[in-house]
Amino acid sequence: MAEGVLLQVKDVCKSFGGLRAVDSVSLDLHKGEIVGIIGPNGSGKTTLVNLITGFLRKDTGRVFYKGRDITNLPPHKVADLGLVRTFQVMRPYYSLPAYKNLIVPLYAPRVKRTKGGRLGDRDAVAIDILEDVGFERDAYVPYKPASALPTGYLKRLELCRCLALRPELIICDEIFSGLSPSEIASMVPIIERLQMEGITLMMVEHRLRELFRVANRVVAMNFGEKVAEGTPHEVMENEKVKDAYLGWEAT
Amino acid sequence: MAPDPGQRERRRERLDRGLKVRTEGIYALSSWKEISYLLAPRLILILGLILLPLFMPNLYWQRVICITGIFGLLALAFDFLANYVGLISLGSALFIGIGGYIAGILNSTLGLPIVVTIPVATFGGAFLSTVLLSPCFPLRGIYFAIVTLMYPLAASRIIEALDIFGGTEGMPGLDTMPNIWSALYSIIPVLLFSLFALRRLVTEDIGLVFRGIKDNDQAVRASGISIARYKACGTFIAAAIGCFAGAYLVHLYGWAGISLFALDFSIMPIAASVIGGMGTLVGPVLGAFILIPLTELLREFGSLRIVLYSLLLVGFIVFKPEGLMTYAQRKYHQFEHWVEV
Amino acid sequence: MGVLIYGIINSIVFALIAIGFALVYGISRQPNFAHGALYILAGFLTWTFLVKLGINYAASIILSLIIIAGVGAAIYRFLLIRIKGMEASEIIASFAIGLAIMEGLRFFGFRGKTYILPAFVEGTVTVANVPVDFQRLIIAGIGVVLISALWLFTHYTKLGLALRAIAQDERAALMLGIDSDFTSLIAMALGSALAGLAAIALLPLGNITVETGYDILINAIAVCIIGGLGSWGGAVLASFILGFAQILTVYFLGAQWQMVVALLAIIIILITRPSGLLARQKELEERV
Repeated sequence: MAEGVLLQVKDVCKSFGGLRAVDSVSLDLHKGEIVGIIGPNGSGKTTLVNLITGFLRKDTGRVFYKGRDITNLPPHKVADLGLVRTFQVMRPYYSLPAYKNLIVPLYAPRVKRTKGGRLGDRDAVAIDILEDVGFERDAYVPYKPASALPTGYLKRLELCRCLALRPELIICDEIFSGLSPSEIASMVPIIERLQMEGITLMMVEHRLRELFRVANRVVAMNFGEKVAEGTPHEVMENEKVKDAYLGWEAT
Repeated sequence: MAPDPGQRERRRERLDRGLKVRTEGIYALSSWKEISYLLAPRLILILGLILLPLFMPNLYWQRVICITGIFGLLALAFDFLANYVGLISLGSALFIGIGGYIAGILNSTLGLPIVVTIPVATFGGAFLSTVLLSPCFPLRGIYFAIVTLMYPLAASRIIEALDIFGGTEGMPGLDTMPNIWSALYSIIPVLLFSLFALRRLVTEDIGLVFRGIKDNDQAVRASGISIARYKACGTFIAAAIGCFAGAYLVHLYGWAGISLFALDFSIMPIAASVIGGMGTLVGPVLGAFILIPLTELLREFGSLRIVLYSLLLVGFIVFKPEGLMTYAQRKYHQFEHWVEV
Repeated sequence: MGVLIYGIINSIVFALIAIGFALVYGISRQPNFAHGALYILAGFLTWTFLVKLGINYAASIILSLIIIAGVGAAIYRFLLIRIKGMEASEIIASFAIGLAIMEGLRFFGFRGKTYILPAFVEGTVTVANVPVDFQRLIIAGIGVVLISALWLFTHYTKLGLALRAIAQDERAALMLGIDSDFTSLIAMALGSALAGLAAIALLPLGNITVETGYDILINAIAVCIIGGLGSWGGAVLASFILGFAQILTVYFLGAQWQMVVALLAIIIILITRPSGLLARQKELEERV
């Protein structure tokens, strides 16, 4: 296990009936980097996320996190180790205030462990987390019901759900989707700040321009396979990647 | 059209407008009127239940109250599991049977008195029920429902086939409650306590975790929480309530048998919940208090009572699924009074 | 040897019982927990026509099949259609309807030993040194014919193909102009008629009691769950497994264990392989 490799995915495969959703994908994530996963719809990106985080059982292949084999761990144990994910389709509690949405993650055993001692008032902790990502406390934004918040805030709320667990690796599933340009503009600094705080990120994204602003490395997928890997520039010059996107757009 | 400066207008205003406008469901009470508006229903409920037995004309009807209490507990447990933990259990009879048989066995073979058998049956039975149901937790709603329906049926047939615990004859001659008053005033406080305790539980933060499991279990798992553990927790609570009811029933009549696993105990709580108002916790209890006496009135007609509550159940599920209590709550919050402006 | 013959026959019996339930679930995605009640109702209807009204056997059968199909359709059209999609409500509601029917029958006096449907043909025959009564042979024959006929129907006729289309992918079928409400209605009517047919074939073996209704429901559920909902092959396989398991249990352990087999089988399969043995749809466990 090389120095600084946080996550190691080795030859992971998953088929649904006759369809190979993920075909022998391998990749490494180093501590502190931001890796983007790109590819047309149906290329297996979200399936890969589900496989890594334990939501789907792998047909073959192994996944190592911090040197430990997490291939067969259930999702809550994976999250317990510090590997958390966001969901593409968010389902917050619309009738509850924003900060109440963070109560469930604050109940996780990991939170008690990493905090080292009493958690204190969960409500206060929740509001602090929200404030850190830009929920203006003075304007009482954390207290607003989730139904009253625009998508930008809701996406950040989803991110906070992960942050409450004090993670080391966050896998973001299309966190920029559905956001307006200004909302993305306020999201990017948050991502950059997370990296500065030492959190590693894997971002599955469609919005390439925004992704390339933050990503150190990019992995491109098509039809379940990894087709290219490298810096954003290298990947976009790759023939197979251009073919995947253009070919996909042409049909 | 602007009103004349000197003239006062009257308009209708909802009673809860003052409360709702100021906060958002968090009640900052500021007047006796508001306090009584909130407390009145609860006080009526508590006093009503406590005083009810005193109004009953004869012993028969006092017994009916006891039985109603049992079904009220079951309905409460069902509602909690189904609407606050997301586990729809069609097999409440399992709890009655397990609680009842444990109490019966402890009483008849070990000779332990009621004050010992009931608590042991409650918590021991809850533990056993949770263990038995735990392999089923990962199942999707419909499959969990079917499996829970099968458990009590299987239990009764196995007991019958193996001819253990008295087989089809059952275990007669168990201790009974000393008198009707002790019977009544042991179940009513338990019912009220369970109701208010569960109410408190679901509004606490831990209630959010349970509801998370019900509404969006993948997100809960992604937050590092083991949903199997919390499902077991919820099941234990509901099973404790059910097993208490079973143990109580056995000592009410002094007899335990395979009829403890009867379908009646599984379906009636569902009927009470649907009719009373699912998700309100108090609705199912009230539903039981409506349904059981009603069916008791028809006891002479035998099977007709089952027909009646089955049809009521279907009627409510199909046509008025919100139930009576939810309807009443809506209307109560909409009470209006004249206000001078 | 006797075990083999009786095992086969028992398996066909299971298949007959389950087929109505499987059809309704496969096509309208609604578990019809009134299946057992419809079975018993058909039996009592036939008895009433035959014994009380003196109509001849064949006509009684046809009449009650028509009526039971109508009852099933009515249940769907007026009640079940309104709660389509809410699985728990569907189970509870259809079960409650069945309960009301069965207990209603019990209330109206249909209990006791007097309700018997006569066998179609009296007498026994020896098959491979094992005495088998004609009724059982007829049942086996009906079963095989019925299942083949249904298979042909759903694979080669327009309506049958429409039913299968809905079963496989409702939205695609809707886009192609197949009316899913109507096909669900047909499925329900057909499923009820099949329950009635099973009743008429099987009830002559014993007498008609309301308790049988519950057992029939459990058996039907057992076959469908073990075989996997939506799988023809699975249902047939499950029928054979259950059929033989039951015969063997009764043979070695005694008749009182009869229903325990089906019940335990349901529980065990649901815990270990909820999608059944040969299921097509595998999204049944907790997965994303």
